[in-house]
Amino acid sequence: MAIQPKKNEMPVQEAKVRANNFEEVALGYTSEIAVAEANRCLNCKNKPCVEGCPVNISIPDFITKIKNKDFEGAYSVISQSSSLPAVCGRVCPQETQCESKCTLGIKFEPVGIGRLERFVADYHNSKFNGEPQLPVLNGHKVAVIGSGPSGLACAGDLAKKGYKVTVFEALHLAGGVLVYGIPEFRLPKDIVKKEVETLKKYGVDIETNVVIGKTLTIDELFEDGYEAVFVGSGAGLPRFMGIKGESLKGVYSANEFLTRANLMKAYDEKSQTPVMHAKNVAVVGGGNVAMDAARTALRLGAENVYIVYRRSMDELPARKEEVEHAQEEGIKFEILRNPVEVIGYNNPDDRRDPKNGFVTGLKVIKCELGEPDEKGRRRPVEISGSEYIIDVDCVIMSIGTTPNPLIKNTTQGLEVNKYGGIIVEESTGKTSKEGVYAGGDAVTGAATVILAMGAGKTAAKAIDEYITKKNK
Amino acid sequence: MYKIFSKRKLNSTVTMMDIYAPLVAKKAQAGQFIILRVDEDGERIPLTVAGYDRQTGTVKIIFQIVGGTTMRLDQKEEGEYIQDFVGPLGCATKTEGLKKVCIVGGGVGCAIALPVAQKLHGLGAEVHSIIGFRNKDLVILEKEFSECSDKLTIMTDDGSYGSQGVVTAPLKEAIENGESYDEIIAIGPLVMMKFVVATAKPYNVPVTVSMNPIMIDGTGMCGGCRLTVGGKTKFACVDGPDFNGYEVDFDEAMARSDMYREFEQRERNNCNLFNKEVK
Repeated sequence: MAIQPKKNEMPVQEAKVRANNFEEVALGYTSEIAVAEANRCLNCKNKPCVEGCPVNISIPDFITKIKNKDFEGAYSVISQSSSLPAVCGRVCPQETQCESKCTLGIKFEPVGIGRLERFVADYHNSKFNGEPQLPVLNGHKVAVIGSGPSGLACAGDLAKKGYKVTVFEALHLAGGVLVYGIPEFRLPKDIVKKEVETLKKYGVDIETNVVIGKTLTIDELFEDGYEAVFVGSGAGLPRFMGIKGESLKGVYSANEFLTRANLMKAYDEKSQTPVMHAKNVAVVGGGNVAMDAARTALRLGAENVYIVYRRSMDELPARKEEVEHAQEEGIKFEILRNPVEVIGYNNPDDRRDPKNGFVTGLKVIKCELGEPDEKGRRRPVEISGSEYIIDVDCVIMSIGTTPNPLIKNTTQGLEVNKYGGIIVEESTGKTSKEGVYAGGDAVTGAATVILAMGAGKTAAKAIDEYITKKNK
Repeated sequence: MYKIFSKRKLNSTVTMMDIYAPLVAKKAQAGQFIILRVDEDGERIPLTVAGYDRQTGTVKIIFQIVGGTTMRLDQKEEGEYIQDFVGPLGCATKTEGLKKVCIVGGGVGCAIALPVAQKLHGLGAEVHSIIGFRNKDLVILEKEFSECSDKLTIMTDDGSYGSQGVVTAPLKEAIENGESYDEIIAIGPLVMMKFVVATAKPYNVPVTVSMNPIMIDGTGMCGGCRLTVGGKTKFACVDGPDFNGYEVDFDEAMARSDMYREFEQRERNNCNLFNKEVK
């Protein structure tokens, strides 16, 4: 049988329709499409895809199960390595990970591994309703700080090994960036809820409204009898550019804009949390968060949404699929542009004019690509005199974050690097403080869900070894 | 869920509540704040800690009814529950080394100023308090302030109680009469704090102000509470809420504070309609 050169298309909501709703964009494979896609896998000997996966899922094995229509079996294979398959199948940058290594990809399009993972996880979630087999408690307590991807992964693995795990979450809802950051249309909140519920079934306690570093300190957790602590507190304060006008009304950080829209459901007219429903929006930055913010602004009713990015389309750090979806929905890409000033309304004759202080435009300067920087990405060079103003009433800064200082400031003996990230031994997640492990954005700065999840799993393994050794 | 231990109306628009939240009560200090949600799907609002009782595990909050959320909170009665209550957040007010302090409170800001005054009084500092209100009916916490102040001045805009005028008048007078304060701690409306700073400036008296910008998470994630302080971007939730008054860009803070004016107005109208229907 000849191999189909292209991936089976992902069924999606039509661009014009979805641009006006918050429902999930990609609808997922049917079992027929999944089997057809699985049949594209060559089941090659050296399995390069497994290496491309940060948590080394046995990809060819689960794909073989799909070929044989053993979807539950496929789920078992994935869940040996991944704690959040329904999440990762949706948000992983597969094109730079597993799929980039696929042997089929040398000649044709690679196997749609991410789509298959998602199919398997959704199949399992829709069919499986039984209680998981509970492990026997081993009598040891571990505290996990933060209920984002790294914390959930770490808690899940430890609970399955018999530890009594308590997850402390600062917000009122568990899920971390999966609930406050990634929008509903890309990752339905019900999926996150389901993952959290599964963890609870394994005996994990989730304490919301507890800010470690404020309500309790890490030292107090040890006093309470926790033998190890995993810090997965995530990225912290949003970065701003430091340009004129960034404090005008209508300038948001992507974190604030997305938190209002997602966690606080500001897209719902009945929500008690306001968010600006701007007509023309500029989002500064080119990552997944920028795409999320842009597409959220569109769904809130914006007529024109611009991604302002200082390099070219080739350097955009966002997942390819998100960029394509954004383009289909009509997001405009102002590439090779760097913001120099946010312009605001100012009526000098009437200080009480209600329009005063609101954003009216973003002044940008054109750039061209110069020599590559230390990471090999070509540096943007500004073209002098090329400034112009994009008319917008809202600017969303999506240029990264700096680590949250709360835990660092209240934990003696926890070393951080010059950027404020917690220093860990990469192979274990071990920090400079005994019994304290860390992973995810709190260590690396803004990165991906799968990397955070991988770090949570690595730390879970190391914590298990540490406690076992200590109690010998 | 967090139980409302007690509730008392301080005046027609200001209510005091003690909320059962033992973990917060154990750690809370003067100058810090909490974030609460009244009900599921409610908005997160920051309120400064107005007191705490480590024994009973309760935290005191005092709030003015200004919008939909505070209206809904005010409708809750003793023994009922609120959805979320998290804290203590932000940094405590610095009191080390202060021997003589003037506390300036405006309106409901007095509720936040009170625990600071009490703490300083407890540490043996000489405390002069100047508290200002629009009129006699809105005066709150007079007894509490008189108990922890060596000198208490009450001002009302219309002169219906205490002396007539703004809080900066007696402040200026005190400094000119030779009161040498180590620090002035001003807590109240932005415009009041701005003018306290302007009043103190010629005499070089340090001024600490407590900022209360729009916030969501309150833990250093969203960046909504950013202020310009000393020319740099600062976040009230983790760097504050107290800042050196001389460095705060008040005009910018005032502009940013009314970003959602229209939305809040709509909320108020909705709630009034709701109230009428209930009646």
